[in-house]
Amino acid sequence: MSAVLEAPRAAAQGSVPIIELRGVSKRFSNPLDFAGRLVKRLGVKVREDVVHAVDGVDLSVRKGEVVGLVGESGCGKSTLGRMVAGIMPPSDGQVVWRGQDLTKLSGADAKRAKLRTQMIFQDPYASLNPRLKVAEIVGEAPQYHGLVPRGGLEAYVDDQLRRAGLDPSLKRRYPHQFSGGQRQRIGIARALAVQPDFLVCDEAVAALDVSIQAQILNLFMKLRRELDLTYLFISHDLGVVEHLSDRVVIMYLGRVVEEAPSEEVFARPNHPYTRALLAEVPRIEARKRVFAGVQGEIPSPLNPPSGCHFHPRCPFAFDRCRAERPALKQVAPGHRSACHLNDAA
Amino acid sequence: MSTTTAGAPPAAVPPAARVETPFRRFVSEFAASRLALFGLVLFCIIVLVAVLAPWIAPQNPYDLAQLDIMDGRLEPGSVGGSGITYWLGTDDQGRDMLSGIMYGLRISLTVGAGSAILACLVGASLGMLAAYAGGRTDSLIMRLVDLQLSFPAILAALMILAFLGKGILNVVIALVVVEWAYYARTVRGSALVERRREYIEAAQCLALPTHRIIFRHLLPNCLPPLIVVGTMQVARAIALEATLSFLGLGVPITEPSLGLLIANGYEYMLSGKYWISFYPGIALLVTIVSINLVGDQLRDVLNPRLKK
Repeated sequence: MSAVLEAPRAAAQGSVPIIELRGVSKRFSNPLDFAGRLVKRLGVKVREDVVHAVDGVDLSVRKGEVVGLVGESGCGKSTLGRMVAGIMPPSDGQVVWRGQDLTKLSGADAKRAKLRTQMIFQDPYASLNPRLKVAEIVGEAPQYHGLVPRGGLEAYVDDQLRRAGLDPSLKRRYPHQFSGGQRQRIGIARALAVQPDFLVCDEAVAALDVSIQAQILNLFMKLRRELDLTYLFISHDLGVVEHLSDRVVIMYLGRVVEEAPSEEVFARPNHPYTRALLAEVPRIEARKRVFAGVQGEIPSPLNPPSGCHFHPRCPFAFDRCRAERPALKQVAPGHRSACHLNDAA
Repeated sequence: MSTTTAGAPPAAVPPAARVETPFRRFVSEFAASRLALFGLVLFCIIVLVAVLAPWIAPQNPYDLAQLDIMDGRLEPGSVGGSGITYWLGTDDQGRDMLSGIMYGLRISLTVGAGSAILACLVGASLGMLAAYAGGRTDSLIMRLVDLQLSFPAILAALMILAFLGKGILNVVIALVVVEWAYYARTVRGSALVERRREYIEAAQCLALPTHRIIFRHLLPNCLPPLIVVGTMQVARAIALEATLSFLGLGVPITEPSLGLLIANGYEYMLSGKYWISFYPGIALLVTIVSINLVGDQLRDVLNPRLKK
């Protein structure tokens, strides 16, 4: 359905989506052990634990765009990012990269597609191999894939480090000798070294100090201009997303609940969940106000609520919300929301 | 130029200062324990003695032409018929105990280290495979490990040797079979933790081939526990070899290891000729204790959770 909606808009803007998710789901299950299978055969009702981390998501990112992906922790946004980056295969649906199904590509094509999409990770301490020197971390993949001429690796690595804002003279050191911000720059240099055009940033600044966050965000924007990069920016921080994104996608418990251009979401949020989220963004001018918080806990993805996943916490929920899953429907040009209230109105 | 605007000051690590590499820190932490250092020195001496035995031993105990049956069971310090002094006495064949111990150490250390290295190669590969492949492969390998570990090592080794027959190579094979499981379990444990870390995902994202991810990224980060288990297993292998030889299923009688030397003197223990068993026993004890001292300290240094 989304493809139908997406097509005229993409054509109008004259750009093909660089990546498109079609009904993508990811389930994690804990298969029954031998004893479990045995008692099941004997007629006892045992169920496999299945987590729907991502549940039927349609999403497309066009070239040159910065898409912000927002949601609470545990809503599946990191899983979605990993499927986009090709690290994790989807359980259902298609990840389409420049018109080709990513899971059906093989050999050299698959490798090329994988390299063009790179990922920046959340934890700058866990995302660098502690046993390799910086030069090896950055230079390994370009050397292996033959992206640099023989003998040109040193200069190439220097360029990558310089572009990420690091002094190339530090490249003989190990990751533990750097600060968090510097490590994140190493991770960026590593990703850029294979010449990607699409970066998936998974909470890339969440683990950093606020002052360092701004530096890294500015670096992302500088690189976007210089290298014509496209971003999928995953974050739980609405402030960061507002600052960066052209378009924002809001996720709740594995599903997309709202999708709109950035200004549109912050000016006219449609879905009750988005409204609740936006109401709680701390702002300097509102220092004295009381924060109400979204009512209740995020439900367990092991046993998600029926119908609209948000209905147990939604102040406007009515009977239909408990029974029927709302579809993403256009509420304004380029603005889609999954809420039954839009039909009622 | 971009470094100044980016404001990532290299001041965090002053360039002039001596760079603290993980290796240097490891050395200084290891040296913090005098006892471990003592163990290391002791172990080095033992290895040196074993390696240099053909040049420093007073007698070649394997050369039957040099042995004089008339010198059998002489007390420590007595002088033999050919004029050499037997500082640690002789056994019933007239073999100089000191030379016997030096040559015996060679065999014990070779068998211990050789079997530990082979078992480590086999065990680490299987453990790594189990952790990385998961699923059925993992279950199969780990059930094999469980089976192996639920069996008394000495019993399993005895059965294998009874089947294969005597000989140094067969002892090594038997020891590898009873020891690989420890390495497999250790490596699998740490590899399961390490493979969930983001640098492995980053390597996958960079489209590096699986074998490169396993050997260049995963394995080096699983080494510390492997080194600890390896050291301990060398000591265990030496003790196990001595036991097997003592029971008469180990090395051939013409090339005695420490265990066989002890077994040779066993029947004379109660007739006052203590030295035939006693000195090889001391040598075995010192070897195993020194390795364990080193291993204990390695475990403390390489395990961050035990750090104060």
